[in-house]
Amino acid sequence: MPIVLVVTVTLIQDATFKSVSSSSINILLVDQDKGKLSDEIKKSFSEIEFLQPISELDNVPLTEDKARLLVASGDYQLAVVIPEGLSDELQNQIDKNITKILEEFEGTVDSLKISGVEEKSPSNKVVKLYFDPITQETFRSSVIFAVDKLVASIETKSIYEAFEKELGESESLKSFNRDNFVKYDQINPSLSGELVLPNSVQHNIPAWTLFAIFFMILPLSLNLVHEKGQGTFVRLQTTPINYATIIAGKAFLFLLVSLLQFTLILLLGLYVFPKLGLPVLDLGGHLGLLYLVALSSGLAAIGLGVLLGTVFSSHEQAAPFGAVLVVLLAAIGGVWVPVFAMPDTMQIIAKISPMNWGLEAFYDCFLRKGSLIDILPEIGLLIGFFISTIVIAILYYEKKKAV
Amino acid sequence: MDKTPLIDIKNISKQYKGATFLSLDKVNLQIRTGEVYGLLGPNGAGKTTLISILCGLIKPTSGEVLISGNSFKTHAKEIQKSIGVVPQEYALYPKLTAKENLFYFGSMFGLTKSELKPIIISHLDQLGLLPFADKKIKTFSGGMKRRVNLIAGILHNPKLLFLDEPTVGVDVQSKQAITAKLRELNKSGTTIIYTSHHLREAQDLCSLVGIIDSGKIIAEDTPSKLIADTKEARNLEDVFIELTGRELRDYA
Repeated sequence: MPIVLVVTVTLIQDATFKSVSSSSINILLVDQDKGKLSDEIKKSFSEIEFLQPISELDNVPLTEDKARLLVASGDYQLAVVIPEGLSDELQNQIDKNITKILEEFEGTVDSLKISGVEEKSPSNKVVKLYFDPITQETFRSSVIFAVDKLVASIETKSIYEAFEKELGESESLKSFNRDNFVKYDQINPSLSGELVLPNSVQHNIPAWTLFAIFFMILPLSLNLVHEKGQGTFVRLQTTPINYATIIAGKAFLFLLVSLLQFTLILLLGLYVFPKLGLPVLDLGGHLGLLYLVALSSGLAAIGLGVLLGTVFSSHEQAAPFGAVLVVLLAAIGGVWVPVFAMPDTMQIIAKISPMNWGLEAFYDCFLRKGSLIDILPEIGLLIGFFISTIVIAILYYEKKKAV
Repeated sequence: MDKTPLIDIKNISKQYKGATFLSLDKVNLQIRTGEVYGLLGPNGAGKTTLISILCGLIKPTSGEVLISGNSFKTHAKEIQKSIGVVPQEYALYPKLTAKENLFYFGSMFGLTKSELKPIIISHLDQLGLLPFADKKIKTFSGGMKRRVNLIAGILHNPKLLFLDEPTVGVDVQSKQAITAKLRELNKSGTTIIYTSHHLREAQDLCSLVGIIDSGKIIAEDTPSKLIADTKEARNLEDVFIELTGRELRDYA
């Protein structure tokens, strides 16, 4: 089941990590402007591979009402309405501004003011964006940002053209560099200095593998509770084997299973994921470090499982508590939502989740190419957690005998 | 019969956390090697509590238990090696076969597979379970489970065997097989401490009987002596009713 979980989540989340996605989002584009600006917007949208602008349905141009209804019914997630006269209005504003600048440059501005020429205030045109209520805020922000950037670049282009027109075409003007002066280079720094490319596999394998390792809490605690219920625990207690040895035997078995599970997931990432169209898993640092993290996380999970199995006496107590606890630790540990994206209080709480320690150590290995020194604090916490929970379980067990 | 006390119970009391009464109230008892000691009493009398303390499963609130002169506080391992326990529950793994269960529990006493194999086969054969050795416990009847439960407690040939109601809920045939096995074990030197509600069975099996009620040993002697000393008693059941009364002992 953990393998199925890792594959499913990775496949689902793959698109969010890809810069070029095979799936595209259809957006409705209502062109009331029918001018230069709307043509540019349409052209730019169609150049973005994950966006598929639709201006007509059944050969009928879209209207705002139709688009609004289609978004409201959830058939489409976004509609962009470009208002009538936007191109002309933009061009007018640009021409006016250019003229003003040139007049100022030529020193004629005062005469204009003196002669009482009134400046017509611009009518603010509104580009309407209809969003399906299910779309998340991040998607909305991205779209608004993209549209804004698009309009700004078209505006800049128009300003250049207006300048050219006013000043007359000359070779020197034609050689104006219209490219963006500031460019962006995305760099994912690693502790070793090697290039690391984040993708769904690199993120999901550590997160969900850890979730699977910690899910061991449930079968282990239930196994201990079950032993109590069926009487075998009583028999074991009366043998010369002490409680710690009985627990160690179980812990060893569960640890073996969790490491085997981890190995299978790594093999899956290396050999099966590429066949499913997913990126191949980059093991990052040393394989030994990954196993050290898996081992420490497994021990922490076993410690917690043993503690729950010792404290609880019935299946009804252990099963729901264990299941909810694992989900809770995963949630606060950053398996679903990255810790940096959590509110301040939750970021502090996240640090008490052993799943967060394991996740950070895995990220150090998988994404930051860290060394043993980098993961030692997390390893120390996980091992410390294991020792503490086992000691508490043994003390509780001894105390219970005296009750 | 050896007159050295194998079990020496000195003034033990047990009060569970939150309980308003004593489950055991200053119990003093000596059981000698070679006895088949029947610990009899109504529900809630303190039988299982006493057996649990003798097996080291729980600690007494006060008092001391010595087994072969050793205390659980200082010599738990030595005591556990010398005792066998047959709990009231079927203390077996249902998904394992009879043989797998017995190998597993036998290995807890440090016995190797080759040492265990002839012992397991011999016991299974004696108790009529050899044809079912490789069948899973979950497919067994109550009587079969009880017999495997007994074997699991005697694999290491303990010198002291505790049985908590070993024949509860079984048919007459299984009961006879179990009691025959217990007689044989006793004959070969195993001291047996056992609790039961089957008073007829206790009367036939036990060399000594202790009747416990409200956490106190209220009578102790051979079955025949107890019957003889109780007015109009024809059997151990009459003695039991005479001593503990006819009042129902329901508790929750």
